[in-house]
Amino acid sequence: MSLLEAKRAAAASYLAVGPALPDTATQTRKNAEGRLRDAGLPGRRDEYWKYTDPARLVAPAPIDAPAVAAGDAFFDGIDRVRMIYRDGVFDGAASDVAQVAGCTITPLNDALESAAWTRDLYGVLEQRGQNPVSRALATLNTMMATQGVAIHATGSADKPVHMVYDYKSNDSDAILHHIVKVESGASLTILESGASGARANHVLEVDIADGGSFHHIRLQGPEHARSTVTHVFARLGAESTFKSFTMTANGVMTRNEVVIELNGDNGIAHVAGAALGAGDFHHDDTIFITHAGQHCESRQVFKKVLRDGATGVFQGKILVKNGAQKTDGYQISQSLLLDEDARFLAKPELEIYADDVACSHGSTTGAIDEEALFYLRSRGVPVDQARDLMVLAFLAEAVAEIEDETIADSVQEQASRWLVAGRAEK
Amino acid sequence: MLKINNLHVKLEDEDKQILKGVSLEVAPGQVHAIMGPNGSGKSTLSYVLSGRDGYEVTDGSATLDGQDLLEMEPEARAAAGLFLAFQYPVEIPGVGNMTFLRTAVNAQRKARGEDELSAGEFLKLVRERAKSLKIDAEMLKRPVNVGFSGGEKKRNEILQMAMLEPKMCILDETDSGLDVDAMKLVAEGVNALRSEGRSFLVITHYQRLLDHIKPDVVHIMADGRVIRTGGPELALEVENYGYGDLLTEQAQ
Repeated sequence: MSLLEAKRAAAASYLAVGPALPDTATQTRKNAEGRLRDAGLPGRRDEYWKYTDPARLVAPAPIDAPAVAAGDAFFDGIDRVRMIYRDGVFDGAASDVAQVAGCTITPLNDALESAAWTRDLYGVLEQRGQNPVSRALATLNTMMATQGVAIHATGSADKPVHMVYDYKSNDSDAILHHIVKVESGASLTILESGASGARANHVLEVDIADGGSFHHIRLQGPEHARSTVTHVFARLGAESTFKSFTMTANGVMTRNEVVIELNGDNGIAHVAGAALGAGDFHHDDTIFITHAGQHCESRQVFKKVLRDGATGVFQGKILVKNGAQKTDGYQISQSLLLDEDARFLAKPELEIYADDVACSHGSTTGAIDEEALFYLRSRGVPVDQARDLMVLAFLAEAVAEIEDETIADSVQEQASRWLVAGRAEK
Repeated sequence: MLKINNLHVKLEDEDKQILKGVSLEVAPGQVHAIMGPNGSGKSTLSYVLSGRDGYEVTDGSATLDGQDLLEMEPEARAAAGLFLAFQYPVEIPGVGNMTFLRTAVNAQRKARGEDELSAGEFLKLVRERAKSLKIDAEMLKRPVNVGFSGGEKKRNEILQMAMLEPKMCILDETDSGLDVDAMKLVAEGVNALRSEGRSFLVITHYQRLLDHIKPDVVHIMADGRVIRTGGPELALEVENYGYGDLLTEQAQ
């Protein structure tokens, strides 16, 4: 069987025995179904899935993953509006009632029926992101998703919108799709936290008009048996800003893809990640940034802390189109291996068709600096605490990508808590 | 205070004996100096006392107020009151100097069963002590030792000493890489900490540091042993005649 035939067979199998399609099968969803049948679902033989086996993600049903008793109060102390999703379903009664000035927040399905702007966004950036490589799990999401939120930012949102996820059912299969439109000069911050299901497939599409700005800070974890695939698709106009940061703790399967188009001049796109895991932890960051406008800046900063057999993957690409002069691209992926069993696989790529650009990339793998560890211990810092300090220091460059200091501090504190919890499990 | 008896140490990974029976005793409030040519084992002695990996003690003992140092983890030695000012202070990118100092001070207090210092108390203390060492707010904010000049690194070591208030301080070639002014500043910092209950072991190549930090006792080390012990005049003898005569004497 050819690769494409195998992929199409996987898609057909999912469509035959997987979850039923939503009742309100809009044209967009029907269109997505057609695209999915055509592209097929990824398999291990796909070059784009060389380091990560998508089997758990494409299977018609999820593998059971016990939920962890809620203990983390993510982003506590930050003034925010919370939208609660349990097992991938919006819980309006548990969510905050308050609205956020400067934007309109509507449940996805309502918005798709009532708001015209959503029709130019839902599944649109996802479809644009299918070239040059297929991202069929995002297409599957567009086809299936009925849960999610549509946010229309028309001014400066006065507080972040926080999507809070957790799950109670060991076999919950959460499919969430959020769409965000940031109008010219408007700004919005979105926070996400937790795990929405035993298996989760999330898509976030963000369209930022000229001069708009969007910040995204996401905490994934800590349930270990869960599997997660996420796609963020962003399109940026001129003078606009997009910054996305993700911190992940635990998880046998996480694939976070980010696809960004810098379409106007002077756009800024930063994407950063920090991941902590041990044992059969598998974490994959796959990033694709296209520079189409001039004088744009993009940064990719990814850090992974791995021990006891854990695997980290980074596939990051910068594509500079013909004419995208004065592009400033930066990419760094680093891993800190806490023992000899962990491994880090990196595939940095640059593809440049303009002749006046600055692009730099680097990838490193290292161990804890024993000299520094001894120095800290010689000052009375216990070895575990000293190691935590070193790990936090390693993550610092990624955390520094978060612009809001209060949120960055909150993330830093969460990292400390996750490190302590990780030690307790050891 | 510090009692080292017949200490034998070899490298862990190779069959090389570095210390071949070092014995010395530092009484409370005293300043001892150790001088000696390169390769005599001075720095190894400081590392073994502070608990660095890579060495194997094959014989002898080292105690601090009767506690067996060699059995303790490095952090426990620190909490017991031992402090090593490094010859080459380590740079730690990403860890703020302030965070580092506060973590260390509070970890030691916790280990000793004392209350941790509040952020306010700590800040007040660190500002006051940093000022006398001419360490500005900018230096406190930067990552530990990153981008510090040689002199700044050594002053930072003394600041840590001042904050941690150890009872037994070992200074490993604290004068190396310092100009005269910087050395004076560091020596003043050390002298300010001298007290009845606090002892110092000052490792140095040169007499000049001892002009500023006056020792009670001077030891000369060569080939892994203490070959002579005397008063401050011994350091002057080395300064004037070098180690040559002492080594010949030893050989005979």
